[in-house]
Amino acid sequence: MTYIVKPRLRHPALPVNKLGFTHRDYEGTVSTLCAGCGHDSISAAIIQACFELAIEPHRVAKLSGIGCSSKTPTYFLGQSHGFNSVHGRMPSVLTGANLANKDLIYLGVSGDGDSASIGLGQFVHCIRRGVNMVYITENNGVYGLTKGQFSATADKGSKSKGGASNMDTALDLASMALMVGASFVGRSFSGDKEQMVPLIMAAMRHPGPAFIDIVSPCVAFNNHAGSTKAYDFVRAHNEAVNSLDIMEPRNPITVEYAPGTTEEVALHDGSTLRLAKLDASYDPHDRIMAMAYLQAKAAKGEFVTGLIYMDRQAGDLHANLGTVDAPLNSLSEKELCPGAKALDGFNTSHR
Amino acid sequence: MAYFAEIPLVLIDVQRGGPSTGMPTRTQQADLLLAAYASHGDTKHVMLFPQDPRELFEFAAQAFDLAERLQTPIFVMEDLDIGMNEWLCEPFTWDDARVYDRGKVMSAEELESGKLFGRYLDVDGDAIPWRTLPGTHPTKGAYFTRGSSHDKMAKYTEEGEAYQEVMQRLLRKFETAKAYVPAPVVRRAKEKTGFGAIYFGSTAPAMDEALAALEDQGLHLDTLRLRSFPFSEAVSEFINAHDQVFLVEQNRDAQMRMLLVNECGIDPARFISVLQYDGTPVTARFIIDAIAARMRLPAREAAE
Repeated sequence: MTYIVKPRLRHPALPVNKLGFTHRDYEGTVSTLCAGCGHDSISAAIIQACFELAIEPHRVAKLSGIGCSSKTPTYFLGQSHGFNSVHGRMPSVLTGANLANKDLIYLGVSGDGDSASIGLGQFVHCIRRGVNMVYITENNGVYGLTKGQFSATADKGSKSKGGASNMDTALDLASMALMVGASFVGRSFSGDKEQMVPLIMAAMRHPGPAFIDIVSPCVAFNNHAGSTKAYDFVRAHNEAVNSLDIMEPRNPITVEYAPGTTEEVALHDGSTLRLAKLDASYDPHDRIMAMAYLQAKAAKGEFVTGLIYMDRQAGDLHANLGTVDAPLNSLSEKELCPGAKALDGFNTSHR
Repeated sequence: MAYFAEIPLVLIDVQRGGPSTGMPTRTQQADLLLAAYASHGDTKHVMLFPQDPRELFEFAAQAFDLAERLQTPIFVMEDLDIGMNEWLCEPFTWDDARVYDRGKVMSAEELESGKLFGRYLDVDGDAIPWRTLPGTHPTKGAYFTRGSSHDKMAKYTEEGEAYQEVMQRLLRKFETAKAYVPAPVVRRAKEKTGFGAIYFGSTAPAMDEALAALEDQGLHLDTLRLRSFPFSEAVSEFINAHDQVFLVEQNRDAQMRMLLVNECGIDPARFISVLQYDGTPVTARFIIDAIAARMRLPAREAAE
């Protein structure tokens, strides 16, 4: 495999964000994925989201498992700390890192093979524990690195490149995330950057377990007629329930929507998430309804995208555990060790 | 992964009777090989063998220091008998002056001063690299680590030479570990003897009792209690200084013997295995009978 560092050329007119970083400061090395891979579009959306949020790159920890999707952290946030772990184990490594230092932004990138098969237990438990993170699955329905076998998210009846039909029931990771307690659930399509960027931005601002399932067609092995994760099929069958916009505290609202069709949600850092309701009946704060809606649409062969669920009172693992304010990895003997006197008390209690 | 990515990690293995679910409420010392070489590929791991709850307390704390110093998994090999049953032991003690060893962690100031940082670079010659904690410095010290093959700067590589360089350093780091892990405890018999005995873990109290009884019978043995793996020079010196060495273990396959033969290059014929693995704690009577019977054999017969 190659490791190609992009040349550090900088156009003088390149726009900078409020920290003075250019778009280039959030990029990584040149992608080695297939040309046209949906994953590269997701990397681009992550770069865009981090640039717009003016995140300090060194305050992000990017983690992944194994697979095409899990290779992508090399292609964005080149100045961030990264950990390309082992098959399906990203959630545990992320949980550990988050416990050690809760002040960093945790971005977990995984795929359908990594999260829905070998790492399914990890995926579920990481979310139900409420780890504050953004967990993205780049979902293409196949094992791309091993030449296109069906993954656990392949729809029943979907056809492989060789013509075989998948007979197993598909796992829907967005529904599972809702069920096990994700306080932010989004779904998107790698071909829709306008939707992805604000969704990722909102997820990064969300103070709890945020999960985004992004359907990302595999151009090499799953982009043919008969596949339900091909570009053409996803374009024809996806239905956005809302569109999102993140507004910084002092930014004026520039786009007007008809009254009653938008909702503004205050985010914990002072910015505002504006939701344009494309389906007026859809309430993204009603978890039970969201689960039913996803299932009802799926039964019709439709595919829901947008902000599916957001708990406005979200908390996280550290709040649940009652940890101290300082990151645990900054504590010393003074705070951590109860000392000889406490030990004597313990000894006495056993006599 | 923790071995290859060099992540500090403490694992406590409460060894119950195996294989599979085996005897889940019974005691054994049968995970030694599993832990010593855990994972696929070439790996070697540090193991500690506490003899009772008090030493377990000490080793558990020490294991965290070792893990950060050596940047590798530390296995605390606890026999189930210690982990689940009630023991009479000396009260636990703690030295309030004790400072945690966080190992080689490079600070923002050191990075700022221009100190060279490469996550898997051996700058001190002890094969232990420096690390940074994520988020330390805006432009220096970030790295992308991985369970896949990498070079000294933590970059992905499949170049044989760069991969082997990392693998060889890991082997050297395992040598470095010998200077940090708890040393074996050697006890000399009252009289000079060609017999030695090696034991470890929860065997210790029964061994103490057995040695006293054997001595009453005029049977003298020098002993060595193993407290850690990798084995230090003192271990092979002890074995080589004796004609025959009894090795008391609580497993079927004499796993510690395999480790000693394998790691120290010792002639297997030097060892006489005393194995008790029925799931109950080893008794002094069992050890006395096994050792006394063998020591009383005429020399010619014993040599066969």
